[in-house]
Amino acid sequence: MVEITIRKRPQTEAVITQRKFFKKTARGKVVKVLRERYLRDDVACGIEGCRECSTEISRLLPLSGSLEHDLFPNGHYILPDTNVFLAQMDLIESSLFNPPMILLQTVLEEVRHRSLPLYNRLKALTKSEDKQIWVFYNEYRSETAIVREENETPNDRNDRGIRTAAAWYNTHISLTHTPVRGQKQMPHPTVVLITEDAANRQKAEKSGIVSVSVRRYVETMKDANVLLDLLSAEGSHNIEPTKAAAGRQALYPDYLPTPTLIAGVKAGELHQGHFNPNQYNYLEGSVPVPAFDKPILLVGRENMNRAVQGDIVVIEVFPEKDWKAPADEVVDQEAMQKNDDAEDSGEEGDENDEEVFSKESRVLSGSSNQKPPSERQPTGRIVGIIKRNWRAYVCHIDSTSLTSTLTTSLSTQTVFATPVSRLLPRIRLRTRQAPTLLNQKILVTIDRWDSTSRYPEGHFVRALGQVESKEAEQESLLLEFEVPYRPFGKAILDCLPPEGEQWVVPPKGEFDLQNIWRDRDDLRDVIVCSIDPPGCQDIDDALHAKLLPNGNIEAGVHIADVSHFVLPDNPMDSEAAARGTTVYLVDNRIDMLPSLLGTNLCSLRPFVERLAFSSIWELTADAEIVSVRFTKSVIKSKAAFTYEEAQIRKDDPNLHDELTNSIRLLNSLAIKLKAKRMAAGALNLASPEVKIHLDSAESSDPIDVEQKELRETNSLVEEFMLLANISVARKIEESFPQTAVLRRHLPPPKTNFEKLQDILRKTKGFSLDVSSSGALAASLDECVDAREPAFNTLVRIMATRCMLSAEYFSSGSVAKDTFGHYGLASEIYTHFTSPIRRYADVLVHRQLSAAIGSTPLHATLHSKSHVERVLDVVNRRHRMAQMAGRASVEFYVGLALKARGEQARARGEPDVREDAYVIRTFRNGVGVFVSKLGIEGLVTFKRETQFDAENYTITVPGAKEEVKISVFDKVVVRIEVEKDKNTQRGKVKMTLVEPVDSSAF
Amino acid sequence: MSADRLLLTLSDSSDSSDGHSRIEILNTGGYRSDGRRQYELRTISIDLSPQGSGADGSASLTHGLTQVNVCVFGPREAKMRSQTYHDRANVNIEVAIAAFSASERRKRGRGDKRILELSQTLKSTFEPVIQTSLYPRSQIDIYIQVLQQDGGLLQACVNATTLALANAGIPTYDFVCAVTGGVHSTSPLLDLTLLEENDLPNVTVAVMPRSGKITLVSMETRLHVDRFEEIFRLAGEAGKVIHREMRKAVKDRTEQLVASMQSVGRPSTGADVGDNEY
Repeated sequence: MVEITIRKRPQTEAVITQRKFFKKTARGKVVKVLRERYLRDDVACGIEGCRECSTEISRLLPLSGSLEHDLFPNGHYILPDTNVFLAQMDLIESSLFNPPMILLQTVLEEVRHRSLPLYNRLKALTKSEDKQIWVFYNEYRSETAIVREENETPNDRNDRGIRTAAAWYNTHISLTHTPVRGQKQMPHPTVVLITEDAANRQKAEKSGIVSVSVRRYVETMKDANVLLDLLSAEGSHNIEPTKAAAGRQALYPDYLPTPTLIAGVKAGELHQGHFNPNQYNYLEGSVPVPAFDKPILLVGRENMNRAVQGDIVVIEVFPEKDWKAPADEVVDQEAMQKNDDAEDSGEEGDENDEEVFSKESRVLSGSSNQKPPSERQPTGRIVGIIKRNWRAYVCHIDSTSLTSTLTTSLSTQTVFATPVSRLLPRIRLRTRQAPTLLNQKILVTIDRWDSTSRYPEGHFVRALGQVESKEAEQESLLLEFEVPYRPFGKAILDCLPPEGEQWVVPPKGEFDLQNIWRDRDDLRDVIVCSIDPPGCQDIDDALHAKLLPNGNIEAGVHIADVSHFVLPDNPMDSEAAARGTTVYLVDNRIDMLPSLLGTNLCSLRPFVERLAFSSIWELTADAEIVSVRFTKSVIKSKAAFTYEEAQIRKDDPNLHDELTNSIRLLNSLAIKLKAKRMAAGALNLASPEVKIHLDSAESSDPIDVEQKELRETNSLVEEFMLLANISVARKIEESFPQTAVLRRHLPPPKTNFEKLQDILRKTKGFSLDVSSSGALAASLDECVDAREPAFNTLVRIMATRCMLSAEYFSSGSVAKDTFGHYGLASEIYTHFTSPIRRYADVLVHRQLSAAIGSTPLHATLHSKSHVERVLDVVNRRHRMAQMAGRASVEFYVGLALKARGEQARARGEPDVREDAYVIRTFRNGVGVFVSKLGIEGLVTFKRETQFDAENYTITVPGAKEEVKISVFDKVVVRIEVEKDKNTQRGKVKMTLVEPVDSSAF
Repeated sequence: MSADRLLLTLSDSSDSSDGHSRIEILNTGGYRSDGRRQYELRTISIDLSPQGSGADGSASLTHGLTQVNVCVFGPREAKMRSQTYHDRANVNIEVAIAAFSASERRKRGRGDKRILELSQTLKSTFEPVIQTSLYPRSQIDIYIQVLQQDGGLLQACVNATTLALANAGIPTYDFVCAVTGGVHSTSPLLDLTLLEENDLPNVTVAVMPRSGKITLVSMETRLHVDRFEEIFRLAGEAGKVIHREMRKAVKDRTEQLVASMQSVGRPSTGADVGDNEY
């Protein structure tokens, strides 16, 4: 049993052993604080063989101190003050800097108070084997404990405490070093106070304590030349600032009042737009506004003035002479602010802030003005916010911002939550459960962002689950992209046909109580088949073709008649409108419509009678349209092929049945249609698409990733869908010129291509003609490098990124000459072919149905504003769904890479290496694209490189000579998945292997 | 406290203005925030001299900076019929917490739930310990005044009440000695300060040292079941250490009284004979 004792605290010492005082809290309450302190004589000095202090701990400081320093031949211990640790942590951490060190409790606590991250680094050092650090609890030792005197600042008190401790050590050493009789008197080692504060040094010397500055101490060390490099510059002149007088200081300018903003925007003096942060550089953001060709660049924290991604902001544009080109450096928020402290950062102007500020301003001033003027963008600052677009964000708790990681701790802590998205700032939140939330994905909302606070403040909403668990990752993905994923409610399910799974097309004639057969063509005998990806459950299109007696060909596209089941303005319709689209994730699908419709009643399964909406053309053998008609119909598909099956069937010369012939017929038409489209100037764009192989349905562990294969039959289906969409678009636009639901793709502004054109010209000597889509298509075809087959694809991918995204619109809302679809080179386009998974198609179905007089048009579809409102939602959902899908693929690619890395290691290979192409160069890194995996990555260099912004090259030191890397170069990268230390986020990390190994720098 | 004095202390304390969560409960050197080690109890001071007017026994006790006063009246004739038992005395405990005692100034009325709970806990602790059957149809009133709180309120109340009962000459079966134990990560701590109490799971245990019986276990936080036994045992042991201190105080007080009784005849000021302050 342990010994339990009562520690006596004599009443006579009350002055130094207890404190009672009142203090005012941040909220203005006055609270009483009681503190007592038990002083003791058994706090060990930590010097080996000390006669007075016995201790069981084995790692003690050597008896004679360190004899290696020239200034102190008799041996010495160093005793650094707080500022040394705050400013020179890199020096202290160096393995070459290893004198026996006494770390005072006063110093340790001050470091902890100032910066938790630094404190944690220091804490780790005290535990490490190769450092000789003894923590002396001077505040608990009766001889060295001091109390603050009247009119003494806390800093002065601590300095005095440090000096008192240093003096005590010297006398303590001389006492314990008294020579044993008969032996020669040995010189005592001294305790050397290391401080940057000249006044403190003076006072120390007055009381007989040896003290030096860090620089002077290091200069005379053995490895001075190496160690001097580690000294931080500020250290030499930065005198410890006092913290006591710190008030709340505004870090951001205030917003202008709303009426001023609205008036300013109306008058054209101010501009309004959505705020987009730069994902590579957290100190930069941009706002596209209609008044300028290029988006307005916002540089620096103050100019971005507390805007968060997606906010609708109002900006004031700076005069033209201040316009800048965007910086070409990767600035990582986490790396930059790793020593920032959640508790008090930004609230008090402490030197930590200044450190971040000076670093930031260094980065900002670095954004060069020597760039060509063509790259200049208008700059500005945010003067107000029209609408915040804050929502719940998926975050991780930043582990270094925690004061206590013990799960038993019940105290409230202020911590940082790092959002998963790089576009968002860190959020500060107060929570009692911080330790238990570590390693979890959590949902955090922003509550407010005051002008006095560097970071927005938020609160914890709920935990999503363990990091990297599939459930948590999937849910976080859906939340991050705002995908509504709740199960369908009862009101919605009540809108389904009551027969459920048993629903069938009623027989024609008198049993058709609901008049389903009215205005419907009976196409049950037509040889219809569907071609889809493998495993497809929601088959929404089917095709047929047959030769007509007159030599023309009849081709038909049959789309599931979803509008028959989804009636306007009922709960199911509203829900579908709100969801906008079905979201496809690697291992999951979030349906827009209840699955009874999507995968059964509206799925054009083979051998089952299904309702359809058909578009039937009469085409000449040269694929010229003779006539087109639209009709509701009943079909009975004869087969459901996968692309591969259809391809094999078509290519099999032995098959001559009707089905195969109709596929061949369709294919021949598709080839001609495509040729026509290309001739008209359609673009053949490329976007990286990969396919994830899952281990089995249950475990869904990805084993590998490969690129999607494209077959002739893919193109077959695509061409007919395009044809149907275009024909339908013409029809509904003609019938409803004001409210037709169409889709357009605006031609990209030429300036978007400037950079790509410049890169191509300088690196490969190709020119890109962007005058029209046809010209672009032609010049893209010429960008071929015989040695690099992937080069063309790469250029296409990059060109695609320069373009705008397509959008739905209502025909009455925009001028008719902007209806065009740039990518498809069609003057009009819509979406008709996938009503199960896209809401716009449902609207188009309704309009088409009204256009052919089958059903009357619902009143809402006559209202331009209503259609616009619905399409706004659909556009946004569509964008989000794409991003969610991509993020899901990315997550699985990450998992697959991890698995592959493990397999590689099991086989004894070191790591995963892949070919990659450089797509962007930065001052301190390159952006690469790994085509095989369809992922993009960033390789950053810590060491300085020569960056040539003109020619898009950087020069990095290689093994023998310097190596130049430019855009489009093929490199080999090592791909690892590493867990980010702070956020626990699985991060794909790439390092160059060829032409140079970048792991060294 | 006058307004200027308050202002002075306000500016005076700016050094620790944002330090609460920055204090380590148990640092790597094995010291707690007040310089104690794990198994060290806070200083205890006991004053058994008569306080107030007419109390039959009283005690003033401090554990560190937690301070309580207890006055015991009785046994005396029960005033209310409803609270009169024919076979034993009724024990009535009232607790008053001074508004200035806690860190946040707050008046707690008689009906305050927290106070009622505290007095109820104390009542059920002491009822079986006091030999109530010796005094049928009478009542024993115990008034507890909390003057300052720095953790271990229940513990202080229990210990002070024991002493006051002894001082009043009310027969009990044994001393009741209470100590709070907590756990920081896996290290048990004894006699928690307010700072520690707010951060750690803790349990208060009252022990009757002679028999080793436990009369009170109070736990308002969640404590892992694997840790409970260890803390429970330790707190029980610590109770015995406190007991030595309490017994000594009672003995000293008695010796003082005996000494002054033997010197009867010499001029004296009456009740204040044994006051420690002199």
